[in-house]
Amino acid sequence: MTFADLFRLTLPALSAHKTRSALTGLGIAIGIAAVVLLTSIGEGVRHYVLTEFTQFGTHLIAINPGKTTTMGTPIGTIASARPLTLQDAESLAAVRGVEAVVPFVQGNAETKFESRRRRTNIYGVGPEMPRVFQLPVASGRFLPPDDPRTARAFVVLGAKITRELFPGVNPLGQHLRIDNSRFTVIGTMASKGQVLGFDLDDAVYVPAARAQELFNRNGLMEVDVLYREDMETETVAAGIKRLMTARHGQEDFTLTTQEQMLDTLGSILGVLTFAVGALGGISLLVGGVGILTILTITVRERTGEIGLLRALGATHAQVLWLFLAESVILAGLGGAAGLVIGVGGAALLHALAPALPVHTPWYYVALAEVIALSIGLLSGVLPARHAAKMDPVEALRAE
Amino acid sequence: MIELAGIRRAYHVGNQDVYALSDVDLTIERGDYVSIMGPSGSGKSTLLNIIGLLDRPDQGAYRLDEQDVTTLTDDQQAGVRQRTMGFVFQFFHLIPRLSAADNIALPLVLAGVPADERRTRVDAVLADMGLSDRAEHRPEELSGGQRQRVAIARAVIMRPSILLADEPTGNLDRHTGEEVVTLLEGLHASGLTLLVVTHDPALGHRAGRQLRMEDGRIISDTQSQPAP
Repeated sequence: MTFADLFRLTLPALSAHKTRSALTGLGIAIGIAAVVLLTSIGEGVRHYVLTEFTQFGTHLIAINPGKTTTMGTPIGTIASARPLTLQDAESLAAVRGVEAVVPFVQGNAETKFESRRRRTNIYGVGPEMPRVFQLPVASGRFLPPDDPRTARAFVVLGAKITRELFPGVNPLGQHLRIDNSRFTVIGTMASKGQVLGFDLDDAVYVPAARAQELFNRNGLMEVDVLYREDMETETVAAGIKRLMTARHGQEDFTLTTQEQMLDTLGSILGVLTFAVGALGGISLLVGGVGILTILTITVRERTGEIGLLRALGATHAQVLWLFLAESVILAGLGGAAGLVIGVGGAALLHALAPALPVHTPWYYVALAEVIALSIGLLSGVLPARHAAKMDPVEALRAE
Repeated sequence: MIELAGIRRAYHVGNQDVYALSDVDLTIERGDYVSIMGPSGSGKSTLLNIIGLLDRPDQGAYRLDEQDVTTLTDDQQAGVRQRTMGFVFQFFHLIPRLSAADNIALPLVLAGVPADERRTRVDAVLADMGLSDRAEHRPEELSGGQRQRVAIARAVIMRPSILLADEPTGNLDRHTGEEVVTLLEGLHASGLTLLVVTHDPALGHRAGRQLRMEDGRIISDTQSQPAP
């Protein structure tokens, strides 16, 4: 018996009960549609978040003070971590593969120009920041490469601050007060909008040493390193670790590579996608039970036919496949309908709510159809086995 | 050649064993025309089912064309059935969703005969049965006699050597029953071994060899002279 023959024998059986077949297929269709739609949303969110992160570039390593790994017991006397210093940051430029280094201190303070005041984020950074984080300057220039310890009191404004504090005024060359210190405006940044909830426009950038003075800190919060694209992340990270360990006498800092961060984030969001997909899978399970039910009824109704097939020389396997084919085709057609509904629904959702990121990867669609077919196969096994094992004499008598 | 020796078949009814067949010995030559008669429950259908390999005896040996078939597996028996047996039932057992031609082709499909060859063989048999104009009709669109002719066509499409008919006229009126019997006898004349189980003495007496059963035993076995 060929596949084509199996098809030719099975299709009339399905079309003989059109409503019944349609409803059973619908069960699977709803399940597949739910899986496709939910994973599309999950994937969309994952995509969105990852793009938000990678817009700063991917060849970044962040160094934070303190070691964040958990130890069994405190190591006793030298438990305190030394702060990261501007000198540390400077020395990192010598590590092989490092292109640029940005020290980072952040705080919140009141800015004032003439009678206008606004509390905003103060980022203490280095002159390389626009290059490392791919943040373009709109007018003027960014902080000049002064000696980091004695950097001049210059400030570069975020787009929003420019709008709020200098409406209709060219801010370049003006004096801005941050708390009680006076800074000269030398540039403004292009608008970047919100990135994961941080408003980069509602901020001003000053030299790190100046920010340390403002917030009375002697350490840096973070040092960010941009490395060459042709370098292995591990090699650069190892170089940084060696240098820093030598400078501090111990490993009292933590390296986070952008790669690691994206991996972690990606896998967390992947689990999320899987979880919502599994939620849709529950309705798929219900659809499978529907097929099981209908096929059990069908086998009972066609007991006489099963006896006949056996009398005509059908093997157990042939009877099994005749019924399995029925459930697989039913699930396959239902699954295909579900894909259309799911993909269409995702597209519709995207059209109605463009803010909601929706992304339907095609391998998910293929996977969903494979799942539908497998569910057909699984839910067909019990009734089909029952049919194959029937005693032909008993079955023939059932008419 | 069918050789049965010491065949016993029992069913459990409650706590009792009821013998449908007890110690049946029977030899049927190739090309015989045998009728099996007897009251309900005498074991005649069970005998036919065992000969047709649909049922297994609890005891005894069954040799078919010199081969012991009692020890074969289910699927091996299915193969023997497919090649050597044709079944005709009282209630036709046609598949209602399929056309007459597709019903007749069913054994060929199960045997894996390619579609082209199937079509030629089915067309030939339809013509033999005088059913060519009914090929695409479904069973519900056919008369009782036509349905049984389709069933007979299906039974012979694999060119079996044995034709087993269980009450083939039991569901037909006298006239169409007569037609069907003539058809079966024509097939016998062409060389098939024909076994007919029937209640109807008039039908039974047409056979060259008549078996009478009661309580699971063959109580008489008579050869009648072929009609002149």
